[in-house]
Amino acid sequence: MNIAACIKQVPATESKIRPSTDGKDIDRTGLSYVVNPYDEFGVEEGLKIKEQLGDGSVTAISIGGEKVAEALRTCLAVGSDQAIHIQDDAIEGSDGHAIARILAAALKKSDYDIIFFGRQAIDDDSGAIGIHVADLMGLPHVAGINKLEIIPDEKRAVANRQIEGATEVIEISLPAIFTCQKGLNEPRYASLPGIMKAKQKPMTVLSLSDLEISADSVDSSKAKTTVIKIESPPARSAGIIIEGSPSEAVAELIRLLREEAKVL
Amino acid sequence: MDFNFTEEQTMLRDMVRKFVDKEIKPLAQQIDKEHNVDLVKSIFKKGSALGLYGTPFPEAYGGSGMGETGYAILIEELSRGCASTSVTIGAHIGLAGMSILIGGNEEQKKKYLSSIASGEKMGAYALTEPGAGSDAASLQLSAKEEGDDYILNGTKLWITNGDIADIIVVYGLTNPELKARGGITAFIVEAPSAGFSANRIEDKMGLRGSATAELVFENVRVPKENVLGKVGMGFAIAMETLDESRLSLAAACIGAAKEVLSMSVDFSKKRVAFKQAIASFQAIQFMIADMSAEIYQMESIVYRTAWLYDQGKKIPREGAICKLFCSEALDRIVDKAVQIHGGNGFMGEHPVERFYRDSRVNRIFEGTSEIQRMVIAEDVIKNGSD
Amino acid sequence: MFNILVFCEQRDGKIKRVALEALGAALSLTSDGDQVTAVLIGENIASQKETLVSGGADKIILVEALTLNTYSSEAYGRIVSDIAKKENASLILMSATAMGKDLGPKVSARLEGPFAGDCIKLTLDDEGKMTATRPIYGGKATSTVLSHQASFQVATLRPNVFSVHDQAATQDPQVENYSEIPDLSNLKAIIKEVVSTAGSKIELTEANIIVSGGRGVKGPEHFDIIEALAEALGGAVGASRAAVDAGWKPHSYQVGLTGKTVSPSLYIACGISGAIQHQAGMSSSKYIVAINKDPNAPIFKIANYGIVADLFEIVPLLTEAVKKMKNE
Repeated sequence: MNIAACIKQVPATESKIRPSTDGKDIDRTGLSYVVNPYDEFGVEEGLKIKEQLGDGSVTAISIGGEKVAEALRTCLAVGSDQAIHIQDDAIEGSDGHAIARILAAALKKSDYDIIFFGRQAIDDDSGAIGIHVADLMGLPHVAGINKLEIIPDEKRAVANRQIEGATEVIEISLPAIFTCQKGLNEPRYASLPGIMKAKQKPMTVLSLSDLEISADSVDSSKAKTTVIKIESPPARSAGIIIEGSPSEAVAELIRLLREEAKVL
Repeated sequence: MDFNFTEEQTMLRDMVRKFVDKEIKPLAQQIDKEHNVDLVKSIFKKGSALGLYGTPFPEAYGGSGMGETGYAILIEELSRGCASTSVTIGAHIGLAGMSILIGGNEEQKKKYLSSIASGEKMGAYALTEPGAGSDAASLQLSAKEEGDDYILNGTKLWITNGDIADIIVVYGLTNPELKARGGITAFIVEAPSAGFSANRIEDKMGLRGSATAELVFENVRVPKENVLGKVGMGFAIAMETLDESRLSLAAACIGAAKEVLSMSVDFSKKRVAFKQAIASFQAIQFMIADMSAEIYQMESIVYRTAWLYDQGKKIPREGAICKLFCSEALDRIVDKAVQIHGGNGFMGEHPVERFYRDSRVNRIFEGTSEIQRMVIAEDVIKNGSD
Repeated sequence: MFNILVFCEQRDGKIKRVALEALGAALSLTSDGDQVTAVLIGENIASQKETLVSGGADKIILVEALTLNTYSSEAYGRIVSDIAKKENASLILMSATAMGKDLGPKVSARLEGPFAGDCIKLTLDDEGKMTATRPIYGGKATSTVLSHQASFQVATLRPNVFSVHDQAATQDPQVENYSEIPDLSNLKAIIKEVVSTAGSKIELTEANIIVSGGRGVKGPEHFDIIEALAEALGGAVGASRAAVDAGWKPHSYQVGLTGKTVSPSLYIACGISGAIQHQAGMSSSKYIVAINKDPNAPIFKIANYGIVADLFEIVPLLTEAVKKMKNE
């Protein structure tokens, strides 16, 4: 199986997020960056499939500046075979459609049987790119999978995805795209030998022209939407602490919920 | 001059930090409360799957060649989670493994160092005796030549991993007249061995999840090929190992210090007194500032010294300085941390109480603060102040 | 004149409440001359027309076919985008449910228009270009985006945020049966089975009341007291990451970063300290009640009402009190 995992480098989960002074981005000082946790599920699933079938290759793919090489190297350290780093100044400010077009162009360069994305990136929480790419490449997809079984001989797979109060079991032909939800697997740690080997594994850097995409067709001027404001969510202030014995406190809580909040 | 970690070093740190957060921190309180060595052993096993124990060793012996700097990173991160686990791994790599790396011949390194690097075997280092602690040169365990073997008789005390290790580097007296000047020899003893027994010592102020043992040798037969290096070279090996391992002990202090500082900052932002978070009080802020300043000093000297060691320099003075300063600084830091936590910090439920207890031994083992001062002074007086 | 298309999700032939929220949102964006068109896809759905009318639809497009009874990204995506083109829709709305989160990006990909997912606020300017506000970084910030195109804009809406319109219809809506159903015999992805998950019947993200348990619940066996309170209140059960990571509840119960984001009217956090990751998933709840032994737990900083006490004492009493109240 030829497997690709598209990953994004994002601020670490526990980061404190504050708007930047111009209010159009977040304040990035002092942030540490990681591979988007949902994308890690994709890399791990790729590695598991490769191990189960006893052959295959996992390629980690990402878009972004110099620093993104670190995220890709992490993917190599956990066991991916090679990495593709798409780097081009023109990509700054591109919208989801443009990012999807660029990824689709890179993915088309090799015949992947399975392409993984995270169900969403934990920075912009959009959850659209994997689905956009599937549409552009004319591939079927399942979004938000938490279980996957590959039937290589029949070139198909069975995937589970959680919906409200139920699980959908979906049969899908390969090649296909999956976006990964928590619960799919437990991503492994990089091993020390893996870290040492990562530098020797191939990392291809591609520009837009390598992908035969003109810069002005994907740059910020072509974006269908622009971020005009990033704000902190409205702050909640502490309310009241209800004192008294347990039964007094409960009685007072019920009264407040009925009379003040009017939610009961 | 470059004070940045390399990409590999950063990846190592991130990987170990993740491992500590997920696999060690959730168990650390339980390990301490239950004196649960089995949990530490299960963590040890998980760590071997990640190749952690090969960090400082050359690739030829199954290591990753990340040197003392890599090793310091590993120990610093482990110490954020659980001192018992960190000490177990430290004794395995930094004492047992390093002794073999420093003193062993090619065959011994291939056979024993490789299995330590892979974690397949666990190591221990047995120098201290009931009558020989700081004064290690007066050790009494006797090692008599008999045919192709040496026969070991005597007792070792407070040996980390002593009753759970598979490979123990034991220092014995081959020539009572020469003592430290050529009379002490290091042996690789495999456990179990006939005549060897180990008794766990449970009642400790801290490090309650690390296996500390008394080792008893009654006519334990060790083949001559298990003499580490050459007969009579034992004391030199022991001391050089300690130079290096003092540095990693200092790195352990950094991890613990950073962890309690972060706990203290979190706590002081949450804890309200006189209608304000206590972090807004200058008395608390000054403690936080002092803790942070000391941590910066600890980091600066430890990683500078690790770099020196990786350049091939001997570090008797520098290792001792790191150990002395960092162990004492950590005690000041944990003391402030408990103070910031107030009554909570005194309660066994809070991890800061554990860090307080675990910290104290750092000023004692692997050479007390007093011994470190002697080592430093002797070196400065003999070799000059620069 | 703007035409806003609303994809109305149904389950087992019944319109979901969140679909009515999307209709309500559409209605609030329109003025005289604009049109709200509801699109309903499925089997035996014609009976749902009334609901859509009172929900505010001016026009209803019914897409009925046996094969459309279960969701298919490919089929639904094609149908909705074809209708959008035919209707020359300015804006296509749907709820950000599991289905909407899939269909929204799919339709947007086909129409290559502006996309905004999981919106909590939406406006249209005079030209019909949307300004959408949506949570990012797991709720740690919000982002407001401006669209540069007045046609084929797609937005999915966070459940429980937009109000349902419930006034009697003033005029009969136009009902159209959409017949240009594409050939669906060669779908590459097909739902073989839908297995209901055991446990709380009410979906977390759509629940009006949520009772959540955390580390303080101490074990899976004690979750029954959380469940009892949820049942008494007619709400759903949630869990913190600590409880999920400990294996006490499956991931589908998790509220917070890497779990679900919820905005109920009432959120009762029991034995949850309220780490920033948890807050990200629930801080937009209208009212928050915290029950925790630790007076320093961060959850009290965002709770409207807090009780500093053992949840094992308080929760059963609260359950009794709620039952008593409901019986009165």
